[in-house]
Amino acid sequence: MKLSGWGRYPIIQTENAYPNQPGLVSSLVSVATDQPKTTTQIARGLGRSYGDSSLAEKSINLSKLDHFIEFDEQSGQLTCSAGVSFAEILRFFVPKGWFLPVTPGTQFVTVGGAIASDVHGKNHHIDGAFCEHVNALELCLASGEVVECSKIHHPHLFRATCGGMGLTGIILQATFTLKRIETAFIQETTYKTANLAETLAKFEEHDAATYSVAWIDCLATGANLGRSLLMLGEHASEEEVKSHPSATETLQAGKTSKLNMPFDLPAFTLNSFSVKAFNALYYGKARQAQSQRLVHYAPFFYPLDSIQNWNRMYGKNGFAQYQFVIPKSAGLVGLTEILTEIANSKRGSFLAVLKVFGQGNDNYLSFPEEGYTLALDFKMDSTLFEFLNKLDAIVLHYGGKLYLTKDARMSEQMFKQSYPQWQEFQKIRHQYGAHQAFNSLQSTRLGL
Amino acid sequence: MQKNILIIGATSAIAKATLRMYAEQNHNLFLVARNEALLHTIAEDAKIRGAHQVEYQACDLADLHSHPSLLETITATYPKLDIVLIAHGTLPNQQACQASVETTLQEININALSTISLLTLLANQFEKQQDGTIAVITSVAGDRGRQSNYVYGAAKGMVSTFLQGLRNRLNDSNVQVLDIKPGFVDTPMTADFKKGALWAQPEQIAKSILKAIDNQRNTLYTPWFWWGIMLIIRTIPECIFKKLKL
Ligand SMILES: Cc1cc2nc3c(=O)[nH]c(=O)nc-3n(C[C@H](O)[C@H](O)[C@H](O)COP(=O)(O)OP(=O)(O)OC[C@H]3O[C@@H](n4cnc5c(N)ncnc54)[C@H](O)[C@@H]3O)c2cc1C
Repeated sequence: MKLSGWGRYPIIQTENAYPNQPGLVSSLVSVATDQPKTTTQIARGLGRSYGDSSLAEKSINLSKLDHFIEFDEQSGQLTCSAGVSFAEILRFFVPKGWFLPVTPGTQFVTVGGAIASDVHGKNHHIDGAFCEHVNALELCLASGEVVECSKIHHPHLFRATCGGMGLTGIILQATFTLKRIETAFIQETTYKTANLAETLAKFEEHDAATYSVAWIDCLATGANLGRSLLMLGEHASEEEVKSHPSATETLQAGKTSKLNMPFDLPAFTLNSFSVKAFNALYYGKARQAQSQRLVHYAPFFYPLDSIQNWNRMYGKNGFAQYQFVIPKSAGLVGLTEILTEIANSKRGSFLAVLKVFGQGNDNYLSFPEEGYTLALDFKMDSTLFEFLNKLDAIVLHYGGKLYLTKDARMSEQMFKQSYPQWQEFQKIRHQYGAHQAFNSLQSTRLGL
Repeated sequence: MQKNILIIGATSAIAKATLRMYAEQNHNLFLVARNEALLHTIAEDAKIRGAHQVEYQACDLADLHSHPSLLETITATYPKLDIVLIAHGTLPNQQACQASVETTLQEININALSTISLLTLLANQFEKQQDGTIAVITSVAGDRGRQSNYVYGAAKGMVSTFLQGLRNRLNDSNVQVLDIKPGFVDTPMTADFKKGALWAQPEQIAKSILKAIDNQRNTLYTPWFWWGIMLIIRTIPECIFKKLKL
C-alpha cells in the first residue's frame, strides 16, 4: 500500500499491520528482531505527522488498538490504549465535564502519536507539553517484552519515549490526567496587532491567559511585517454560557464535519496572489483592535478539522510544514529576519502560526523549549528545499531547532547540532535494541 | 429501558463499534468471542462507556457442540434476551479453499454452519418469548457467487436464505429478523486492502445497524448504496456474468 504523512510528501510503498490487541504487537515486533534486519518498521497512529516520521517499509498501525482501560471519576485519570484518538476522548468525556490537558491543532491524533511527538498546545506556556501529563505508559520493546515506564520505572526509557518519534518501541497504552471543565465553550478574545513588535508585546502582556496563539499575515512586509491576530482563550464557566443565547447545551461535544476536499486542487489555484488575498482577508476579518466572543471548543482548537482532507488543497505534490522554535532572547530580531526572508520569497503560507513556549522539559527529543515557535505550510516545488535550507541556517544561527513531527527534509547535521541530547537518546535505543527494530525514513535520514 | 443484548463475535470490528454504542446507551451486554484477553479488554471498555452490566464468555464457535451449553450460560445471566447480534466470521483465502476440500469445509463451517446452529437454538427461545430482535451480519458477497470469493459468498448466502425462512416463521411471534449486508469495511480483517471510495468505517456500519434494529427492518445493505450496486450485480444475466472477471 502507498503511504505518506499528512504533508503527502514523501510517499512510499509499505506493508501494513493493524494489531487490535497488545499481544499481536509483541508478536509482530519480536518476529522482526529474530531475523537480521532486512526491513524497517515503525509505529503509526492517524498519520497526522507531516513528514516521514511514521514511514517505513513495515508500518505497524495502532489505530485499531483503541480501548478505554480505566477511568477514575474523582481525579480524571484515564488509562487507554495507544490507538485511542483525541477526538474519541473528547466525544466521550466532554459531556462528562472533562477535557484534554494539552491538545494539538487537530483532534485526529492518537494518544501514542501525541506521546511520540510530545505534542504541545496553545497552553504550553502554562501547562507544558502533553507528556508532562502522562503518569505512566506501557511500551513494547524490540524483544516483544512489555515494560511499564514512568518518571519512576525506567525513567530514562520514559524520557526517551516521550517525544521519541516511535524510535524506542511501540507504546501500547498510557495513563494521563484529564482536566475538569464546566462547559464545552471557550471565551475567546482577539487582538489585532499592527506589526511583530506589537504582537510579541501583546503575548507578553497576556502571559497569564490559559490559551494563546497568533495567526501571522506572513506576506505583509515593511512596517506591517508580523501583523497578526492574537487569540486568547479561557474555558467558559456555566454562568457565562447560560447567559449566552446560542449555547443550548453547555457540555456538548463537537460534531465531526461532513465537509471534505474530495480531490487535489490543481496547482495553479495556489499561488502568491491567492495566498496574499487570503491572508489579507483573514487579517481584515477582525474589524476592531479587540473583540470577544464565546465559541465552542471545536472551532477554537481545531479550525482545520472542519474540512476533511484539507491537505489536498496543496495539490498532488504535497507540501511541507516548517515549524521552528528560537529562544526568547533571539525573539524580535530572529523572527524579523525569518519573516522577511519568507515575504521576499513570495512563498505564502495560508497558515502561519506563532506561539510562545514556556519552559521545556527534559525529554531527550522533545521539541518545545522557552521561546517563540512559528509554523508555516509551503507547497512542494523543486526549489522549496533549497529555500528551507536557507531558513535552517537562520534558525541554527539563533540557537533554534525544527519540530521532528513536521519535518520531512532537514539534514543530519542540522538535527544533531540542534538536538544536543541526541547521543543520550541513541544510547538508550542501543540499550534496548531499539535501533535494530524501529527505524523510520526520518530516523535513517537523521542518522539515528 | 435497559435491554439485554447478546453479541456473538464481539471482537470483530463491526460488532465492537456496535456494542460500544449500546454500552453508551447503558444497556446490559453479554459478549462472546474466541479470544479471551481481547474480550476482557472490550468488556472493560464497554463498562467505562456506560454499559450497565457486562458479562462475557470465550468460546470457539467452530465447535458446534459447545453451542447449547454456551446459550445455557447466557440465559443463566439474562433469562430474556432483547437483541442478539451475530457477527463472527472469517475472510477465507479463496485460492487456499480451491486447493483444499478441508479448508473449504472449515470456512463453510465457521461462516455458515456455526451461525445456523446458533440461530436454531436462539430462534426457539425468541419464539417462546414472543418478541425481540435477531440480527445477523452476512455480506453483499452472498448475493451472487463470484470467482474471487465464492466460498465466502456461498456461506453467507446460505445464512441469508436461512434468515429469510426464519423471518417468515417468526413473523407471527413478533420477532424481528434482520439480515445485515455490509459492503467493504475498513477492519483489521481487510487491513492491507487498497481503500477506495466504496469503503466504510465500522462506526458508520454500526450506526446503521442500530437504526435498522430500531426501525424493524428486514434487510440492511450498508452503506445504503450497496443496495443499488447489488441490484445491478444480481440482474446481470448469467450468460454474461460468467464471463466477467469479478
Ligand atoms: C492540522 C494539524 C495541526 C497540528 N497542530 C499541532 C500542534 O498544535 N502542536 C503539536 O505539537 N503538533 C501538532 N500537529 C502534529 C500532530 O499533533 C503530531 O504529528 C501527532 O504526533 C500526530 O499523531 P498521529 O497519531 O497521527 O501519529 P502519526 O503521525 O501516525 O505518527 C507520528 C509519530 O508518532 C509515532 N507513533 C505513533 N503511534 C505510536 C505508538 N503507539 N508508539 C510509538 N510511537 C508511535 C510514529 O512512529 C511517528 O514517529 C498538528 C498536525 C496537524 C495535521
